[in-house]
Amino acid sequence: MMTLKVNGHDHQIDADPDTPLLYVLRDDLKLNAAKFGCGLGQCGACTVIVDGKAVLSCVTPLILLDGKQVTTLEGLGTIEAPAPIQRAFMEEQAAQCGYCIAGMMMRAQALLQRNPKPSDEQIRSELEPNLCRCGTHMRIIRAVHRAARLMDSAELSPAGQGSAQ
Amino acid sequence: MTKPRIIAGIAIAALIGGAAAAFAVIWRPAIATVEPAAPQSFDPALVKRGRDLAALGNCNDCHTMRGGKAFAGGLPVPTPFGTIYSSNITPDPDTGIGRWSEAAFRRAMRSGVDRAGHHLYPTFPYDHFTNVSDEDDRALYAFLMTRPAVHATAPRNDLKFPFNHRFVVAGWKLLFLQHGTYKADPAQSAESNRGAYLVEGLAHCGACHTPRNALGAERTAASFSGGDVENWQAYAINAKSPAPLPWDTEALYRYLRHGWDPDHGVARGPMAEVVSNLSSVPADDVHAIAVYMSSVFGAPTQERLRQANEMRAKIKSPPAQAAQGDASGASIYAAACAPCHESGRPLPYGGVNLGLSTALSAPDPRNAANIILSGIRPVAGERSPIMPAFADSMTDDQISAVLKYLRSRFHNQQAWPDVEQTVRDARHSQTVLLQRDKP
Repeated sequence: MMTLKVNGHDHQIDADPDTPLLYVLRDDLKLNAAKFGCGLGQCGACTVIVDGKAVLSCVTPLILLDGKQVTTLEGLGTIEAPAPIQRAFMEEQAAQCGYCIAGMMMRAQALLQRNPKPSDEQIRSELEPNLCRCGTHMRIIRAVHRAARLMDSAELSPAGQGSAQ
Repeated sequence: MTKPRIIAGIAIAALIGGAAAAFAVIWRPAIATVEPAAPQSFDPALVKRGRDLAALGNCNDCHTMRGGKAFAGGLPVPTPFGTIYSSNITPDPDTGIGRWSEAAFRRAMRSGVDRAGHHLYPTFPYDHFTNVSDEDDRALYAFLMTRPAVHATAPRNDLKFPFNHRFVVAGWKLLFLQHGTYKADPAQSAESNRGAYLVEGLAHCGACHTPRNALGAERTAASFSGGDVENWQAYAINAKSPAPLPWDTEALYRYLRHGWDPDHGVARGPMAEVVSNLSSVPADDVHAIAVYMSSVFGAPTQERLRQANEMRAKIKSPPAQAAQGDASGASIYAAACAPCHESGRPLPYGGVNLGLSTALSAPDPRNAANIILSGIRPVAGERSPIMPAFADSMTDDQISAVLKYLRSRFHNQQAWPDVEQTVRDARHSQTVLLQRDKP
């Protein structure tokens, strides 16, 4: 039994230490934003944030998460109150089939927390591990720029929403 | 003449003689500048040949900044003596080699002296390039002179005293620069001799794979016994090779030509650029290198073949016993490594069975630590290997635990000393590298 901190809540998990985080998120905690794509850490669909960094949850066993904070897309915002990154992806219509988008948003979120005004080049380089088969790459890049602007203005307003831990 | 005057006379004569000798060793004349030749004045077939030779020589690797313009130089090369920046070898007349004549270019290749007569530091491997034929130098010159000129001045070298004085290099050459180290061996096939000419010359394999002495010269008595290149280990590529399965001509050819071999895994680290270049040159030349290097490795001993067969059998069966060491290493391996490395998917997209990994049978875990931290980024537009980076999901202690587990699970050699320190150093140098690479 171990304690897993996800989206600000502690969960008691009864699983082997080599269980991938993705399985626990989806099967035990019913947090289905992170997707199973390749299971090999090669596509990025399973990306979540661990202690501020984008991590591939399909190749991250529970044993690596002791004492760490996991954030999934559900922890950023809701349908009623979407986080800036979610609003930006909707406003730019960045999703086509949408399978890769949760992972894209999580990696972009980690980038924006570290670098609030990334250049086009930095966004491209950062998102390189995440694959999109539909081809909405240009919209995704625009959405990340838009999210940067939204976060910038959100910080100025007292009711700033959706900042990850 | 009094005695003191005789002594003074001898001393002065010795000083003059010494100065003259030093002058002869150090001083090299400038070679007159030429007007940059028009690109169309070069024979296209010669330019094409030069292009292949430049790829065999891996010239772009040092003479191009990551993401920068080809051959414009400026790449920092860390050495034990300080940092040296590669020079601009585009035909720019002011900052490149546009005003160099072919004779000046040939002298640089053969003797490490630039057009103006300055000694070049041996990070430019003229101890190998001295073996390059006039004909090949001519083709390389034609190729470089037809590249786009880039106006770019490399930063000043940052070297410790006395290495910041170029005349020191003259002394170095006196000690270590030997001309004509390649000679065709009539007892060997033409193909093997062709391979030897390339390996000992332009391809300068020993520059990384031969250990260096305190003055930074290759220890020729230990040729191909393994060396250091930046924060990577260049493995021994002779009888001392730590590879779990012995190399032969065909395996070497596949690895050098395609960047991976099913019995040995993929090329990465500084070798990635080498194999990328070798994928574009005439196949015959790569095969010739493989033939020659296979003779450098030598035929495997009976004992080596027995161990190889044992390993082949071992990787087909599940581990007979739990490996020693921390259980956390086994858990990390099961979730983070095994999905690819035990999937049996073919290279380069699947991972090599780690029983075959030279990184794990090598004398130290540097390369394995580097790869776990930074992964392998696929090359755009190429069929290339891929592996996720674990720097952000594993601590140094966790990486150390998995390295110790892998060493004991897959290899019978003694445990590595100081794995934790190696991982810390690797993370530090990777961070520096990533910062350098970021636009």
